[in-house]
Amino acid sequence: MTYPARRVRRPFPWHIVVFLAPAVLIYTVVMIYPILSSLWLSLRGQVPGSPEHFVGLANYQRLLGTELYAQPLWNAVRNNVVFFALHMLVQNPVGLLLAVLLSFRLRGSALYRTLLFTPTVLSVVIIGFAWKLILNPAWGVQRSLLEPLHLGALDQPWLGLPGSALPTLGLISVWQNIGIPMLLFLAALVRIPEELYEAARLDGAGGWRIFRSIQLPLILPTVGIVSVLTFVGNFNAFDLIYSVQGALAGPNFASDILGTLFYRTFFGYQLQAGDPYMGAAVAGVMLLIILTGLLLYLVTVQRRLTEVEL
Amino acid sequence: MTAPGNVRGAAATPSAEKPVVGRSTQVFAHLGLILFSALATLPTLLIIMNSFKDRLSIFSHPFALPTPSTFTLDGYHTVATSANFALFFLNSLTVTVGSLLLIVLTSSMAAFALSEYRFRLNTLTGLYLSIGIMVPIRLGTVGILNLMVDLHLVNTLWALILVYTAQGIPLAVFVLTSFMRGVPRDLKEAARIDGASEYRIYGLILPLIRPALGAVTAISMIPIWNDLWFPLILAPGEKTKTVVLGASAFLGQFVNDYNAVLAALTLAIVPVVILYVVFSRQLVSGITGGALK
Repeated sequence: MTYPARRVRRPFPWHIVVFLAPAVLIYTVVMIYPILSSLWLSLRGQVPGSPEHFVGLANYQRLLGTELYAQPLWNAVRNNVVFFALHMLVQNPVGLLLAVLLSFRLRGSALYRTLLFTPTVLSVVIIGFAWKLILNPAWGVQRSLLEPLHLGALDQPWLGLPGSALPTLGLISVWQNIGIPMLLFLAALVRIPEELYEAARLDGAGGWRIFRSIQLPLILPTVGIVSVLTFVGNFNAFDLIYSVQGALAGPNFASDILGTLFYRTFFGYQLQAGDPYMGAAVAGVMLLIILTGLLLYLVTVQRRLTEVEL
Repeated sequence: MTAPGNVRGAAATPSAEKPVVGRSTQVFAHLGLILFSALATLPTLLIIMNSFKDRLSIFSHPFALPTPSTFTLDGYHTVATSANFALFFLNSLTVTVGSLLLIVLTSSMAAFALSEYRFRLNTLTGLYLSIGIMVPIRLGTVGILNLMVDLHLVNTLWALILVYTAQGIPLAVFVLTSFMRGVPRDLKEAARIDGASEYRIYGLILPLIRPALGAVTAISMIPIWNDLWFPLILAPGEKTKTVVLGASAFLGQFVNDYNAVLAALTLAIVPVVILYVVFSRQLVSGITGGALK
């Protein structure tokens, strides 16, 4: 029902449209529409000489069902899981430890925080090359560090061995990104009311006790958010592996993850021509994995957390 | 949700108060923090330090500081003569500043509308914009490339500016909306009674949320400056290369010239570190205040 008289009194709020339009427009045209059009493209195909047409899930069937595509895909998924697990097991616990140490309000905390966050602001490409040099046996940095400790046996070309390339890259990524969980945990920790610490001090609680009984329970929601951010970031990673190992993610695809597979499938490489339809299908699989992860988080962790709060 | 003032105060000065733990724990905490700080900074220092040494001492004494007898600028000379780093810097700067201006302008306008007015699609618009916080824009690469080809923007800096703006909008709108809700109502009502237009009121609000704008700028800046993916795909031409892409190409080409590689790495590291030190306060408050909610 409309009331013409009222409409005259309250004209259409054009200013709201004007305020919202630029952001919504750029976001829709450059982000949402391309993601949807990518998905659409993954459902299409082209036989040489004939026009592009709808092929349904044929590209996905090819991706999952033919040796040429399925073998690299599963290899990339497996590697990506290892890459993610390494971040969850090393980056986030150590990030938490550093945040707890910083939350003790020591003298010089701000300086420590600045230093610890420095690798995070540097470009992944630059970090990748820097570590490639440092780990290069030709330079000898490794050797001169390890030999005085009688650990000469550990002086190996870590990035060049199929068994160690992926964990090494994972640790480089951990080294670089540890500042992010650290800051997020620290932000949650500094919000803990002073009275709780006061009470702990009166009870004579030490650092470990304060962490176990006060800090950890209060920052559990942040643990969830950090895990989600790690998950999305890791399943979308590309730059580090590309800049250290190249598009072929060597040695022998040992460090291939979904990001590098996507790049190769779309643009092609020495042995294989690029295929936009299959590339779009790989992106579709990545989107599916990320959305599944987010959904799992929302229905399990997030819901339990709200229940606890109630 | 925390009030803006609270976030700033808390994130900036956690060490201003009395330490939480006893003396012996403090000693262990210092030891741990010193160890990890060294781990975080030494590789970078090693690169910068060795970029000023001659090749022989880079290999024979990687941990020695450059001395007058080992000091050389050979690497920088190679970089200056064989790569167009000045242009790459200008490109990176144009793209970063351009995207940041667009992000701040469009997001603050949208955040103003979302926080100030009650209208039918308010919540839905907010939700729609926040999809982009979690879904990486990279997954739309195939579509973005097709779009930029259609718009004839491939190999222009505009392609990058548009992509980074779209990438930055969701988080910026999210953070700014929560800050704008904290601005007192009376102020806006007083301006309305004085006959100020809605656009004028938006202009009055902006200076009040300057810390939030600084925080949004700082957190949006790093991924834009450091990105490799989109420059590689949308603007790989010699005239539009960014520093990261230029450095990446240069490093690949000069793999065995350690002087040149170390100099190129240093040139790519130092400006960002300087920016970081200048903006580190906003950056910390941006990450801690914004991404957490």
